[in-house]
Amino acid sequence: MMDVERLETILTQYEGYPQDLIPILQDIQDQYHYLPKDELKVVAQRLNVPLTKVYSVATFYKMFSLVPKGRHELRVCLGTTCHLKGGQRLLESVSSHLGIEPGYTTADMQFSLETVGCLGSCAQAPVMMVDDKYYARMTIDKVTKVLKLYKE
Amino acid sequence: MPKIESVDHLTEYRRQIRAQRDPKQQQVLVCSGPGCLPLGSTEVAQAFQEEMQAKGLQGKVILKSTGCHGLCAHGVRVLLRPQEIAYEKVTPEDVPEVVETSLIGGKVVERLVYQDPVSGQTAVHKSEVPFYQGQKPLVLRKLDEIDPESLDDYLVVGGYRTMRKVLFKMSPEEVIDAVERSGLRGRGGAGFLTGRKWRLCRQVPGEMKFVICNGDEGDPGAFMDRAVMEGDPHAIIEGMIVGGYAIGAHQGYIYVRHEYPLAVKRLTQAVAQAREFGLLGNNILRSGFDFDIKISQGSGAFVCGEETALIASIEGNIGEPMPRPPYPAQKGLFGMPTVINNVETWANVPEIINMGAEWFAALGTEKSKGTKVFSLVGAVNHTGLVEVPMGTTLRQIIFELGGGIPGGREFKAVQTGGPSGGCIPKQFLDLPVDYDSLQEVGSIMGSGGMIVMDTTSCMVDVARYFISFLFEESCGKCTPCREGLRQLLNILNDITSGEGKEEHISLMEEICTTMASASLCGLGQSAANPVLTTLKYFRAEYEAHIRDKKCPALVCRPLLTYTIDPEACTACLACVRECPVGAISGPKKEAQRIDQDICIKCGRCHDVCQFEAIKVE
Amino acid sequence: MEEVGLLINGIYLKVPQGYTLLQAAQQLGVDIPTLCYHPELPSEGNCRLCVVEIGEHPRTRLVNSCTYPVEPGLNVQTHSEKVLQARRITLELLLARAPKAKLIQELAAEMGIHESRFKSEDPYELCILCGLCVRTCREIVGVSAISMANRTPGKLVTTPFLEPSDACIGCGSCAFVCPTEVIPYIEKDGKRIIWGREFELVRCNICGNYIAPMAQLEHWAKLTGEPVEHYFVCRDCR
Repeated sequence: MMDVERLETILTQYEGYPQDLIPILQDIQDQYHYLPKDELKVVAQRLNVPLTKVYSVATFYKMFSLVPKGRHELRVCLGTTCHLKGGQRLLESVSSHLGIEPGYTTADMQFSLETVGCLGSCAQAPVMMVDDKYYARMTIDKVTKVLKLYKE
Repeated sequence: MPKIESVDHLTEYRRQIRAQRDPKQQQVLVCSGPGCLPLGSTEVAQAFQEEMQAKGLQGKVILKSTGCHGLCAHGVRVLLRPQEIAYEKVTPEDVPEVVETSLIGGKVVERLVYQDPVSGQTAVHKSEVPFYQGQKPLVLRKLDEIDPESLDDYLVVGGYRTMRKVLFKMSPEEVIDAVERSGLRGRGGAGFLTGRKWRLCRQVPGEMKFVICNGDEGDPGAFMDRAVMEGDPHAIIEGMIVGGYAIGAHQGYIYVRHEYPLAVKRLTQAVAQAREFGLLGNNILRSGFDFDIKISQGSGAFVCGEETALIASIEGNIGEPMPRPPYPAQKGLFGMPTVINNVETWANVPEIINMGAEWFAALGTEKSKGTKVFSLVGAVNHTGLVEVPMGTTLRQIIFELGGGIPGGREFKAVQTGGPSGGCIPKQFLDLPVDYDSLQEVGSIMGSGGMIVMDTTSCMVDVARYFISFLFEESCGKCTPCREGLRQLLNILNDITSGEGKEEHISLMEEICTTMASASLCGLGQSAANPVLTTLKYFRAEYEAHIRDKKCPALVCRPLLTYTIDPEACTACLACVRECPVGAISGPKKEAQRIDQDICIKCGRCHDVCQFEAIKVE
Repeated sequence: MEEVGLLINGIYLKVPQGYTLLQAAQQLGVDIPTLCYHPELPSEGNCRLCVVEIGEHPRTRLVNSCTYPVEPGLNVQTHSEKVLQARRITLELLLARAPKAKLIQELAAEMGIHESRFKSEDPYELCILCGLCVRTCREIVGVSAISMANRTPGKLVTTPFLEPSDACIGCGSCAFVCPTEVIPYIEKDGKRIIWGREFELVRCNICGNYIAPMAQLEHWAKLTGEPVEHYFVCRDCR
């Protein structure tokens, strides 16, 4: 069942112009950790834009997800410097530790694994981020330690 | 903070806060820039706070978290002013000693200062560190000086002086004239003359116009704009007010990528401060000029760095570029004439007006004026942010400021301009870096990423990396970019996995030519550069992959074989635990073996081995 | 109306201001191939088949003629080597993408391409992502039941959430406008099936022939202000 009030608190912060679409989706993504279908339908109605527009925006931008994300969002940087310094291997290690491919969420909904084009901390490559915290100069043997900090 | 009502009031307020500040007072400036933050600068600042409190120094010593200090490789950086003592690699554990020895004892903690990796010579003061010598910081000038969250700090160093001058003493034409004479070119990539762009937009009739700051720094390997947005947000705002006044716009937008949460926070805060203070809003300082700024967040799309895609994104649409003409200066945001400049361009504006167009034009080369910020990263000792006059050579940047290649390895290439740029080989190390010379060798200035590669980098893999990045990021609107990238990636995947064919090289060249000439926007038009430059300068590496099925740099994993050296193996079993397919086995307490039939060549055994027992061929 | 003079393939001509290069070339009788262009729809410049070379040697560049406006004195080449090479590769890329699309096969064959040298990921693919269907649905029909989703790697035309769409009126315009016949459209036994939705067709009150789905008649009624009953009689009997 849709939580009408929860969505309303987001929608009332905006005037309802079509250009409010992306900020609203960002708020929903931040709070729900994904974009639920029913909520998107309400957003389309409220902004008076076709549902197709909401759907194409939601699938165009990498920040948005149509499926629920885990409690912790893990982002492995694959920027150029991180790539050269073993970012791909770091990703594979994290991926096998969690048992999920990038873009997926663990069955217990604890972790989502994503890749990112560049986090802008290139001087400390390879870098990964868990929620809002950066982990610099990562190595494969540090992966277990970092993940442990977030496991229940 | 008071609301400033007039010019005199601003002058008076600035005088007051200056009077309250003693330039001789001890300051501790902890870098919280993009490099030091992930190394724990927050914890270091916290430790200073606690230690200073414990030692009764609060009120006597000023502690600030500032923007980027530049030399990220040696973070966390701490600068003591007014002595200009530069401490490096500071951890919270070092803080009590710094407080005791330097803040109380007035001496230097020798083990925390810069030491030359070769000569072992130390440098205590910032100006003595080779990394900073040869730099000419204009845009980065205030980053290790001010608290980016304090408007007062910005005012003390002369902030909003240019805005005052412009609003009260200059006509819009005079402003445009000055920017044009300065020779400033857009720092976002293409290098279009900023003054000309402004003039074009001013000439288009229309009551409603916009200025936009492009903070969608998506180039992997670049963090110049992040550092400026986080470290000196008011400079961007001031630049935009000047630009808005010049072209006749009353609303500005700053488009920041959401991957930079701190930049979003700092800019939002700075805009709110400026508004509260009366530097944004209606009738700024009673000048009759209205101007305000909104922050718009990107949602993860590299293509939104392209100006028409960025505009579409602010309007609430998918970030698909539009064919030009019409140009944004004619018909941009919401169909209105719009000027888009990137972060560094805007941040240059106040200083240009303040110091004069001729002063700026005296810096740099004939066609590229001023300075440029580069993020110097990759296989270089001093990774970090540098700002040098245009025309500084690659060799100076990489070997003098950058301190050369680590581990005594050999320089192979430097990649400039992000995914739209190219890989520049050794023979061009003495190239003076400016817009035109980089273009001549097949690369571009781009926003200023500079990624140094040594002999451990495979240039075919680098090309494959960029093409795969661009394939993921291309919007898919036009055929050459969408299908061209798809096929380039197919071919490069084949080559790097040993399936390459002779005809692949010419096939790639054909795709690249068409992508460059027929794609709709800059992303597609320049997407071929990483392939074209590596084909041009490193063709032998492609041939080795295709003919000999070998990767000379030992990077392309399908072409490698992993074995265990029984002499070096200590049977610690770290590799056995790490191997995702169970390819490694052996008797207890004896050297292990890799079963080549099972091995997927992921290389993780190599990474976890502490004894260099895993051999790669 | 003000006119603009320009050179196309060395021939000077005058056309009304605001014309695109494509319109100007058409006026001259020069044939430029197009895929995503439709005179009734706003041009987006997606397919890049209509590119032409503009400017003076050596500073020339390719632009898409369907959106580029005529400029006084502009020198345009519609079939230069640079243009033909770009068209050839673009068609070869499209042929790899949609190897079964007849129109692409024909256009490619005209340029001497009978087989693509590039890998085909889906041998049954027909869609070339020209977007004519999306624009027709949005601009002409006015319902926006379909759109593009995703970026390059998985870009496709779809209804929201890949589900039957409430907005669709079952008019079938998208299928009619599609140059490569990719949108499945079935009409049988008084039913029309499109985009995964089944529409009952309304019969003509007079002759009894099938007219269109109720949703479509209601949409017409809404657009014209006529009562929906007005459309219960087919055009032939009206």
